[in-house]
Amino acid sequence: MTQKDHKPENGLLISPIQNGTVIDHIKAGEALTVLRILGITGSTEESLSIATNVKSNLTLRPKDIVKISDRELSKEEVNKIALISPNATINIIRNYRVVEKVGVEIPDILTGVVKCPNPGCITNSNEPIESKFEVVDETLHCLYCDNIISSDIVDYII
Amino acid sequence: MHHIISIRDFERDEIDALITKAQKIQSLGSYKRTLSGKLVALLFFEPSTRTKMSFASALSRLGGDAITVDSVEGSSISKGETLADTIRVVSSYVDAIVLRHPKEGAARLASEFASVPVINAGDGAGQHPSQTLLDLYTIKENMPLDNIDVGLLGDLRYGRTAHSLSYALSNYDVRLHTIAPKGLEIPQWLSKELKDRGLDIIEHSSMDEIINELDVLYATRIQRERFPDSASYSRVAHSYRITPETLENVRKNLILLHPLPRAGEIDPGVDSLPYAKYFRQAENGIPIRMAMLEDVML
Repeated sequence: MTQKDHKPENGLLISPIQNGTVIDHIKAGEALTVLRILGITGSTEESLSIATNVKSNLTLRPKDIVKISDRELSKEEVNKIALISPNATINIIRNYRVVEKVGVEIPDILTGVVKCPNPGCITNSNEPIESKFEVVDETLHCLYCDNIISSDIVDYII
Repeated sequence: MHHIISIRDFERDEIDALITKAQKIQSLGSYKRTLSGKLVALLFFEPSTRTKMSFASALSRLGGDAITVDSVEGSSISKGETLADTIRVVSSYVDAIVLRHPKEGAARLASEFASVPVINAGDGAGQHPSQTLLDLYTIKENMPLDNIDVGLLGDLRYGRTAHSLSYALSNYDVRLHTIAPKGLEIPQWLSKELKDRGLDIIEHSSMDEIINELDVLYATRIQRERFPDSASYSRVAHSYRITPETLENVRKNLILLHPLPRAGEIDPGVDSLPYAKYFRQAENGIPIRMAMLEDVML
């Protein structure tokens, strides 16, 4: 099958990737935040396709999709995005086929992902440490200053 | 290596073991010089005369020696060194570090970089485990720590001693009565966490509602800066003031505690009543800190 003959999947505005990771069912409008959390910025080497506010075939609700070529994300990396998009799914693609599909789970400990909102917390000074939060019932507990983040978590993502 | 950073790190049996150790030390009268030859750095990057003196006293009574740093100005921190580096270096000079620091979580950080045990002597508005342990010790000196009614009075929103004590009490079968001015109530996240840990919490809007049914009344300082003006501060401060009259119909076994310094919450007329245990509480800082120093170094 030539590239010309290939018909894109219904509802998708971006073409399939040969190898890499597809993050699907991202909460609409959060694709760029997802990339930021994963540390993928304009200066990294991955080739990316991003679709925002596309209609899901499954739920008919808008969603975002991110496709990252030639990089397979680990579960630990991807779990961080559960903070903002708990329904996202991760598809590992090899030779155009989905070889693994998993949901995301919020990890028990978040390291270096969220900035502690407490200005008096030692993690907000020039010490050689990363922020560290324990996740309990969707509430983040700073392991340094015991501060709690229970809402608007996305505002504190580094 | 064992550090003492936060009361949250303690299981009930560990708290009980420290209290028992402190009781044994106190009952001896003359102390054994168990820490003879040990050198401890008292790093006080924030002024706290009382805590520093009581750690120094506790150490000295056990035969240990102290090197003291009193302020940021007198240390390499003023030259821009990180706390992490300071701790790494100081670790190589001493057998343990007692740290007081203005930043919350500083002691946790120190424990990650130290090659010797770290004891948290208060980090900013954060944890101050020796205070909580001496609070528990003083309660236990007077009654069992189970099946009692404990009242917490004052600024329960910002007061770290109240937060730590309530967390520690959630290890025991205690009914916790909170009495706080409007706006200074116990934070919801903490109250939920304590309830999840099985603590019975009953919120009250005035002291009169509950004072006669308490075994322990723990008063904390209400800070003037939490109020928009001095008139509203005075009004609240007055209604939370404990006087001999307030205590007229209380239980015979009631003990009245305060982490000190007080700012008018307890009338000096109360000092001579049998309920007043806050000076004894301060005195109990010595055996508890002796037990903590032994615990991390022996």
